[in-house]
Amino acid sequence: MAQEYKLILKHADEAGYTPDIECYLRHGGYDTLKKAFAFQTKTLAEGKTQTPQEQLRQEVMTSGLRGRGGAGFSCGLKWSFVDRKSGKPIYLICNADESEPGTFKDRQIIHKDPHQLIEGMIISCFANDVKLAYIYIRGEMPEGAKILNAALKEARAKGFLGKNILGSGFDCEIHVHRGAGAYICGEETGLIESLEGKRPYPRIKPPYFPAVLGLWMCPTIVNNVETLCNVKHIVAMGGAEFAKLGTPNNTGTRIVSLSGHVKKPGYYEIEVGKATLRELIEDSKFGGGLRDGRKLKAIIPGGSSSKVLKAGEKFKLKKKDAEGKDILVETDMLDLPYDFDSLAQAGTMSGSSAIIVMDDSVDIVGALANLSEFYAHESCGQCTPCREGSLWMNKTLHRLTHGEGRAQDADYLVKIADNIPGGRTICAFGEACSWPVQSFLAKFKDDFVAKGKADEERRAKETSEPKKLEVAHH
Amino acid sequence: MSFQATPELEAEVNELISHYPVKRAASLMVLHAIQEKFGWISSDAVQWTAKKLELQPINVFEILTFYPMLRQEPQGKYAIKVCRTLSCALGGAYELHHHFCEKLGLDAHKHGPQTTKDGKFTVEFVECLASCGTAPVMMVGEKFYEGVSHKKADEIVAGCK
Repeated sequence: MAQEYKLILKHADEAGYTPDIECYLRHGGYDTLKKAFAFQTKTLAEGKTQTPQEQLRQEVMTSGLRGRGGAGFSCGLKWSFVDRKSGKPIYLICNADESEPGTFKDRQIIHKDPHQLIEGMIISCFANDVKLAYIYIRGEMPEGAKILNAALKEARAKGFLGKNILGSGFDCEIHVHRGAGAYICGEETGLIESLEGKRPYPRIKPPYFPAVLGLWMCPTIVNNVETLCNVKHIVAMGGAEFAKLGTPNNTGTRIVSLSGHVKKPGYYEIEVGKATLRELIEDSKFGGGLRDGRKLKAIIPGGSSSKVLKAGEKFKLKKKDAEGKDILVETDMLDLPYDFDSLAQAGTMSGSSAIIVMDDSVDIVGALANLSEFYAHESCGQCTPCREGSLWMNKTLHRLTHGEGRAQDADYLVKIADNIPGGRTICAFGEACSWPVQSFLAKFKDDFVAKGKADEERRAKETSEPKKLEVAHH
Repeated sequence: MSFQATPELEAEVNELISHYPVKRAASLMVLHAIQEKFGWISSDAVQWTAKKLELQPINVFEILTFYPMLRQEPQGKYAIKVCRTLSCALGGAYELHHHFCEKLGLDAHKHGPQTTKDGKFTVEFVECLASCGTAPVMMVGEKFYEGVSHKKADEIVAGCK
């Protein structure tokens, strides 16, 4: 049976656990930083040596940690791309711009256990020779920014930040930088532009890969809050030990944000891939099932941008048989293990690990209209297909939900959505705004056509039976 | 009306600038600091910020016009922001927004922020506030509220003196 496994949120919800440094220190806080500083240069075969920093980076690589922000890219690889020979300073940015609809995990860490993030960041800075780092927190979390600033002040006072930290000779400073309500700042190059004090227009890659040309054109690492917390645990337990958590290629734990039509919405930390969507939704330890008398209609499995799954959909999942041979096993959408690779095989993604559950009371056209309004509002406007397309999709869905729909709107929506992504835009927002439209229309087309037809018929009836003109009598 | 920076604001801004190797990077944080003190950002404040950061006013203005949280006009004493996005919508956000508008004599179907005639409340729909598990959620100023029933909404309004 699937269980919660609390690694990141081990203490956060314990009675009496507070976000101040004294409480964190009582729970072994900053011991891992001391462990990281204690690494010694290792002598390898053939007279080669490995610095403490290289060893720490190796641990992260060994752990198999994949980014918890949305893309699920290997953290060790991301770090390995950093240009360390440029002679320029290297920067680290914690992406705390948690804005993907459905996601509310980083908020828990920031509010309840900020020092865990800070310790993870200092270790990551040490491992990458970073002396100046920023936490980019979304503007709508003013409380979170205050908690982080207070925690940074405490850490400075205790000598965990600043010059010559704990006598290690390593200097490091971290500052909080607040966003101001723009979703696009979650995109790492948009975030960098925003941090530089500009409009957050994402940069084109190549050449602007943050690892080479990031903040102020210097090598820069951008990692999610949960990812940086994981680094602390990887160093504490060792990369190989960490890799035993979860499932192969999907290591460690993930904090799943569960919302929508379940009895117990909330955040649940699991070993990656050790619980299925069905368990997360139905099990009493997690979502506790749908509301009474309701049936499942659809699931958005990884934040609002991920492609929707329709109740009853079946997928062919690659598995190993008893002899270790690859076989394809037909799997119901609810039986998909909640991890990066299984969801990818089902044509969607676990993204920011945010599950939005919709039961049969939901008007599916209305649900997509809601999401399209979000994307129309959040497109930064830099690339024409995205700026115009997201607005057209929103406009079409608006008329479909306001009695002005047309039967051909379903096809029209797909046509627009198909013409936004695929290299026509600078960043992945083009994909993010198209995927919901493409997947909703692929799986629920009848609902959209029916709605458009009903509107057309109603309007035709209204025009064929004109209202009697009222003649005013004076 | 010309913009007058207080010594406290000046000190805060100098501290913020010290966080970055390039002055321009402080602009968003400086605008936050100004808005916190004055409630909105006037064109004089833009000029002052530009001078402080050694920028052209357009560099500051283009930020002010992009980010939804930055305001070019004053808002009500209490700014009510109701989350609009899917999980909150499934949890009754539209009904909640409607409830506030009705209660405060505003038009629930109008786009964008609306302020009551007495200038006490501004009601606005905003995009995902990242607390989807406790929908519907909202903010009043910097204070965050979760699982807001209509009854709780009435209490929140009553608490705004």
